[in-house]
Amino acid sequence: MKYLKDIGSYFLMIKRVFGSYTKRSVLRELIFKELDDLIIDSMPIVAFISFFVGGVVAIQTALNMDNPLIPESLIGYASRQSVILEFSPTFISIIMAGKVGSFITSSIGSMRVTEQIDALEVMGINSLNYLVFPKIVALMFYPFVIAISMFLGIMGGWVAGVYGGFTSSSAFVEGLQESFIPYHLTYAFIKTVVFAFILATVPSWQGYYMKGGALEVGKASTNSFVWTSVLIILSNYILTQLLLS
Amino acid sequence: MIKVDDIHKSFGDEEILKGISTVFDKGKTNLIIGQSGSGKTVMLKCLLGLFKPEKGRIYYEDTAIQDMNDEQQRQLREQIGMLFQGGALFDSMNIEENVMFPLRMFTKQKKSEMLDRVNEVLSRVNLENVNKKYPAEISGGMQKRVSIARAIVNRPKYLFCDEPNSGLDPKTATLIDNLIQEITHEFDMTTVVVTHDMNSVMEIGEKVVLLKHGKLVWQGTNKEIFKTDNEDVVNFVYSSDLFKKIKEAQLKEG
Repeated sequence: MKYLKDIGSYFLMIKRVFGSYTKRSVLRELIFKELDDLIIDSMPIVAFISFFVGGVVAIQTALNMDNPLIPESLIGYASRQSVILEFSPTFISIIMAGKVGSFITSSIGSMRVTEQIDALEVMGINSLNYLVFPKIVALMFYPFVIAISMFLGIMGGWVAGVYGGFTSSSAFVEGLQESFIPYHLTYAFIKTVVFAFILATVPSWQGYYMKGGALEVGKASTNSFVWTSVLIILSNYILTQLLLS
Repeated sequence: MIKVDDIHKSFGDEEILKGISTVFDKGKTNLIIGQSGSGKTVMLKCLLGLFKPEKGRIYYEDTAIQDMNDEQQRQLREQIGMLFQGGALFDSMNIEENVMFPLRMFTKQKKSEMLDRVNEVLSRVNLENVNKKYPAEISGGMQKRVSIARAIVNRPKYLFCDEPNSGLDPKTATLIDNLIQEITHEFDMTTVVVTHDMNSVMEIGEKVVLLKHGKLVWQGTNKEIFKTDNEDVVNFVYSSDLFKKIKEAQLKEG
């Protein structure tokens, strides 16, 4: 019963987010601030993880190729497929649920505890539009983060494969181009947009409706990570069924 | 003027407000007092429209808040200033941005005009050279004064204060009380203060409303509070050691 109530309250929140709008000039500033906090600040960790995980994918593929009939180009092919289809869109999103999700929940939760949200409401401001809408807009730029993650993941695979002595550069590039289906990129970016919406709204819901004090802000951040990850994994499964089957 | 007519508010099976009726006068500091759990804060949140009473009506001048559409309620809220218990200043903004916030949201003034108004209200609450500081960098008393400045910057008709001097030393608490009263008279606002502090009652209670278990049990002025025989008032006032000693001293003097 509680879950049904929570689901209802989540959708009511979404409705209110797109309700009465904050003044445009203020909203524009808030969107730029969120772009900085949620997108730009996430770039270093996304770049670091993508590059090294791409490298690990290439090395593991190379080390498992014990049949001389398997072409070296498979390393490039496997790196591309793993990074584009799953690693960048889904696993980077799980990492972002930890980084960005916790940040959103704790910042909105702290505002709830210290009555800052009540202050907005008393002034006649739609606090959900003021707080959540700029985050949704900022995270619509999330596909750019994932595009960079894809590039760096494949780059990491190339560096590890070529400089680790597992493959030649030409074989790796040949593998990258082999049986390439452009629709896989479309599929990956559709997933990314859905994950971005989850990343913006589920942590906001956790923070906005939390009750209690500082301790509960911490608990809400943990819950936010758990639920955002669960929803990303579930929607990943559903979207894969719908778009690739 | 704010008129409250027979409001009832419940949470689950528990009725918190049990039919309260009173009037909060314009140009006066109206105090809602009572022990913890008496329903003061719930009543304040009903007045602000944050809680909807199940029964009864709240009139701002001649219009009931229940009859207002969303746009009218939004316009009403632009005329309301609120001082929260903890100040509720926005952590991510400096003092200047905090005070300027209502102007940015609801007016089309130029930045220089807004800055002039911000400096005017900050000096009115006796704060200078704090514009670029963040809320965490100033004291609790200063935060309360910034919060008052933010509440009055848009020249509201109504000012609400939730326990404005909680957590403050007696001297600063008196300063805040006096500031609230001065501002109320200066701008001819309807001010409603929720408190359980007897010093505030004596300092600024031009109209005092006593709540007990969700019912209004007494109303009058701070001058009348010591003259009444109302048992609930006597119990509330003399639960304070200081006032108990004053009473004993008065009795000794005959």
